[in-house]
Amino acid sequence: MTPHILTRSLDRAAATFILVVATLGVLIPLSNLLLPQGSALHVPTYLVALWGKYVCYAILALSIDLIWGYCGILSLGHGAFFALGGYAMGMYLMRQIGSRGVYGNPVLPDFMVFLNWSKLPWYWYGFDHFAFAALMVLLVPGLLAFCFGWLAFRSRVTGVYLSIITQAMTYALLLAFFRNDFGFGGNNGLTDFKDILGFNVQAEGTRCALFLLSCLALIIAFMMCRAVVSSKLGKVLIAVRDAESRTRFLGYRVESYKLFVFTLSACMAGVAGALYVPQVGIINPSEFAPGNSIEAVIWVAVGGRGTLVGAALGAVVVNYAKTFFTSGPLAPYWLFMLGALFILVTLLLPKGIVGTFNSWRENQRSTGIAADEASAAREDGVRAPKMAE
Amino acid sequence: MNVMDTRATSAMLYLDGVHVSFDGFHAINNLSLTLAPGEMRAIIGPNGAGKTTMMDIITGKTRPDQGTVLFDGTVDLTRLDETRIAELGIGRKFQKPTVFESQTVQDNLLLALNVDHSVRGTLFWRGSKAESERIDKVLETIRLTDARNRLAGSLSHGQKQWLEIGMLLAQDPKVLLVDEPVAGMTDVETHLTAELLKQINKNHTIMVVEHDMTFVRELGVKVTCLHEGSVLAEGSIDQVSSNERVVEVYLGR
Repeated sequence: MTPHILTRSLDRAAATFILVVATLGVLIPLSNLLLPQGSALHVPTYLVALWGKYVCYAILALSIDLIWGYCGILSLGHGAFFALGGYAMGMYLMRQIGSRGVYGNPVLPDFMVFLNWSKLPWYWYGFDHFAFAALMVLLVPGLLAFCFGWLAFRSRVTGVYLSIITQAMTYALLLAFFRNDFGFGGNNGLTDFKDILGFNVQAEGTRCALFLLSCLALIIAFMMCRAVVSSKLGKVLIAVRDAESRTRFLGYRVESYKLFVFTLSACMAGVAGALYVPQVGIINPSEFAPGNSIEAVIWVAVGGRGTLVGAALGAVVVNYAKTFFTSGPLAPYWLFMLGALFILVTLLLPKGIVGTFNSWRENQRSTGIAADEASAAREDGVRAPKMAE
Repeated sequence: MNVMDTRATSAMLYLDGVHVSFDGFHAINNLSLTLAPGEMRAIIGPNGAGKTTMMDIITGKTRPDQGTVLFDGTVDLTRLDETRIAELGIGRKFQKPTVFESQTVQDNLLLALNVDHSVRGTLFWRGSKAESERIDKVLETIRLTDARNRLAGSLSHGQKQWLEIGMLLAQDPKVLLVDEPVAGMTDVETHLTAELLKQINKNHTIMVVEHDMTFVRELGVKVTCLHEGSVLAEGSIDQVSSNERVVEVYLGR
């Protein structure tokens, strides 16, 4: 990244966002590790992990906003890329268990021993190395998105049809990962992790480090998105969103743009999933459930489509609400509330929280300018007769 | 790209024996038409005569069932897609003004400039003086200098039409296909548009589809009247408008 991209992409809102995330990323772990348990400002470890989860969701929301908000690609299957990144990380964590598993097999994860498998399937090779797993976190979702996008965008599948096939994609993966013979732990998925890079996943220090890393990943993802949308490429994406065929007749290869941004977005979702898994301690096929992907789209809509900051904010707000309500007596009604929230936002805040705020501020500013101009005109009016004399 | 060894014709655009049908409806029927380099041609004809379909064929949106479509005497357009054809130098203005409404007038023109259109090129793009000078010049030509920072969606209908013509200028194609440029314009705007097209014609080949006969007359160029997918009459505006068949199917008595 050359400096001019950096300066162009960092406007005031972006800088504020980065500052807030960075501050939280440092303060929350510090308060957890340094302050005594009884202190009012002490953040308990379970909350660190919970907020770590929200941050991962925020990265997923950013990845959706990049394609939906700026390029008009409504993916209702982005949870699939998130889950694939999660599985890649989960496979590494499984291999780290080694002989500490219930069956004590140094190579095979417990579920494979349970299924009477004699050796590790080839696609599990290499996952005992962190670097390899980290590469797969980017590569597997990226490659799937590339192949999927290449077929879909070249055939000019757009709009609702694209949304439907993304749903079908994540549903197909859900069914595949449910199967025991698929080799990823079936219904139970991957869990019972012990350590990551030699550190105990349950330990306070590790949780804090993971939280900090998630915040860092959110900042990097955000800056990448900003760099993309504030470049000329961002203008082309918006052009594709608003008038696709016009963009084609200007000589842009629309499918290449879509493919680029879709693949980038899938890689981001994969990273989010990979950071999510060690913090929640499990990855199972339910992460592929179509409902999850739709929920993620709701976060973006609530926060404000095409604003990036709004997407991240929406993910945190909606998930905070979810935690709050599902842990109280209102728990059975959460899905109704989520549905109502989506309807209300669509009706009352079609631009989402941040989008509405932005247009309100824009209005304030333009009425301010209009008022200035009016007063200037009045002064001119006073002066004008003098000039006429 | 399918480039022929020798130049088959001196025409800038050459259509011969073109047929297109949609579900049995013959939209274009044995259409033959040539456009000389530097020429401006007006296309008239009743609704459904195939004017827009013809533009779709030239710009690669629709593939003809048979026939030849050559650009610059060497390039077979029937095998290329929209992007490739636009890159070759054929620009198009749509019937309904199509600009990027949520972006500024200036950015609309920036997007239209015929510079590197690759993903990499636009990601690492940085503005140059030459580019902004070209944009300034186009803004002046289409009289939108004062509106450069306004959102294209907030322009009046006539201004949007001009912006779209401006985008064509920024694209700087060899051939401009202009579909109904004065639809919805006031008389003054129509007159200005005719002046603008004449000015553009000094160094571009243009094909204009238009219903407004006053406008066509003002352009003062060769006219082709299409009917049921083929050429009904061709010649000066006076010749064409006095043609019996043209009067019957299009102009009315």
